[in-house]
Amino acid sequence: MSPKGTSCGAPAMAEIRNYTINFGPQHPAAHGVLRLVLELDGEVVQRADPHIGLLHRATEKLAENKTWLQSVPYMDRLDYVSMMCNEHAYVMAIEKLLGIEVPLRAQYIRVMLDELTRILNHLLAVGTHALDIGAMTMVLYTFREREDLMDVYEAVSGARMHAAYYRPGGVYRDLPERMPRYEVNKFKSAATVARLNESRQGSLLDFVEDFTNRFPAYVDEYETLLTDNRIWKQRTVGVGVVSPERALALGFTGPMLRGSGVEWDLRKKQPYEVYDRVDFDIPVGVNGDCYDRYLVRIEEMRQSNRIVRQCVDWLRKNPGPVITDNHKVAPPPREKMKGSMEELIHHFKLFTEGMHVPAGEAYAAIEHPKGEFGVYLISDGANMPYRMKLRPPGFVHLAALEEMTKGHMIADVVAVIGTMDIVFGDIDR
Amino acid sequence: MSARLEILCQNLQNALGERIKDLKTALGEVTLEVSAAGCLETARILRDHPDLRFEQLIDLCGVDYSTHGDGARDGKRYAAVSHLLSVSKNWRLRLRVFAPDDGFPVIASVNGIWPSAGWFEREAFDLYGILFEGHVDLRRILTDYGFVGHPFRKDFPLSGYVEMRYDPDQKRVIYQPVTIEPREVTPRIIREENYGDVPQGDFLRGAGHG
Repeated sequence: MSPKGTSCGAPAMAEIRNYTINFGPQHPAAHGVLRLVLELDGEVVQRADPHIGLLHRATEKLAENKTWLQSVPYMDRLDYVSMMCNEHAYVMAIEKLLGIEVPLRAQYIRVMLDELTRILNHLLAVGTHALDIGAMTMVLYTFREREDLMDVYEAVSGARMHAAYYRPGGVYRDLPERMPRYEVNKFKSAATVARLNESRQGSLLDFVEDFTNRFPAYVDEYETLLTDNRIWKQRTVGVGVVSPERALALGFTGPMLRGSGVEWDLRKKQPYEVYDRVDFDIPVGVNGDCYDRYLVRIEEMRQSNRIVRQCVDWLRKNPGPVITDNHKVAPPPREKMKGSMEELIHHFKLFTEGMHVPAGEAYAAIEHPKGEFGVYLISDGANMPYRMKLRPPGFVHLAALEEMTKGHMIADVVAVIGTMDIVFGDIDR
Repeated sequence: MSARLEILCQNLQNALGERIKDLKTALGEVTLEVSAAGCLETARILRDHPDLRFEQLIDLCGVDYSTHGDGARDGKRYAAVSHLLSVSKNWRLRLRVFAPDDGFPVIASVNGIWPSAGWFEREAFDLYGILFEGHVDLRRILTDYGFVGHPFRKDFPLSGYVEMRYDPDQKRVIYQPVTIEPREVTPRIIREENYGDVPQGDFLRGAGHG
């Protein structure tokens, strides 16, 4: 504005108006395809309107046209950083409708893998949150450990991410006796491979146990980088504060609720599988800001590590079946199928027509790393669900974005998105 | 039925009385059905009554019952099903409200009682076309800008009506009618009772491992 303009009476401030900007959908800090329409007054957010659905694949509608078993792999693709937890809620809902028992060993395997998944998820959440607000190094450290856990996924299921390992009635197969090893190639020298294979000489359980021994020291490293870091605290302390009452009203669950000081964890309050047999604590925050939620996630990783170790001890001592022997639900083993006509028919019916689930409705919820992940199933007795509704935790949290960012600077929007641990696979479904 | 669920049912009876259309317990879950008229007041009682205290609306979804049981069911077509959670009492409740008019489904919005309902109601409106009366911002949420129809209704085909592609001649993205044939991989079947000589309810609960 020219100096002439001020002289004709209008004050210079009148020229500044609110303006609207588009944040995303292709913004690296948007954690996927979030389009955020921000109305700004200078740098202060006046209004934030998230536009979601850019990754909508109608998983729920697809499930209505697939057999119960065929939908399991779709669950991995919901929240694609905590794959097995999504499957868990889905198979639990089916098991509730069927009224079948899951073998104890399968329950321990599920709990162990759920907790490894929680670590996997929090590593990504904390790592990328730090990356978004300037601490580049963090993500390099957390992805180092994620690599080990991805190897666990691959060893148990054959896939690094989309495992499809949980089945109604148990898990697909028992844990492998031998942990796969690296081989020398043009990218990895013999010395590197020897170092990498050091912890992979035994079974999967040996590898997981070795991981649990190493992991607390890694968490200390993350804390050295962030917990007392002045810049990290300046960006997170007092940002995105949610009071406990407000957190409940907004439907928050998981670390978002616990960060506000509400002691609520489904693993303790409504225990499923064997969570009532393992020993762990629930961390809660005090101030309900981004920093407290970060501390909650860090402590949850330590607690998950404790649970994993207890599961490893139990699983070593107690061999047994890992899937129900009700062949109306789970297929018979391959050997039996080759020798018995009845088992062959069971197998054929299960993989063509699929199982039938008694009419009724069930809601199963688990303490997913991000909050409460629920699956609501309505069955009318057919070989596919009549209606499936997924309750993604991130959807509810993102709905509160406007309330959490109003009056904050635009840079804090990124901090708030990071603290919500947004993944679009489950928000858009 | 566990003792806690009995207490919950009793408290619901005391607090709601005449408002209850149906109250069932199955698979360890309590389902409450109320009529659309006055459901807002019911919701308020559920949240504020000292013996109920459902502070959280965990989930709200639309359901289209038109082909339930292959059309064997009669009754209203659309319902909004909510899952409520009480953090202080540690219990859950499923709340079902049927929309009185199948042609123009309208249900009162509970957005003012539980703010978390806001997006869930937008979603149910988007996918099922259920209108939530009193909602402050009832826009589509998951489908594309300018989408026509309500895709989760049972009469909406799985492959939809339009597809999008880049048109090299016009040098822009265009919409056109879908070119793929609808395809059924596994047919949907409801088996009669005692199919395969085993009583339906029994074989799943009786046989099992161990």
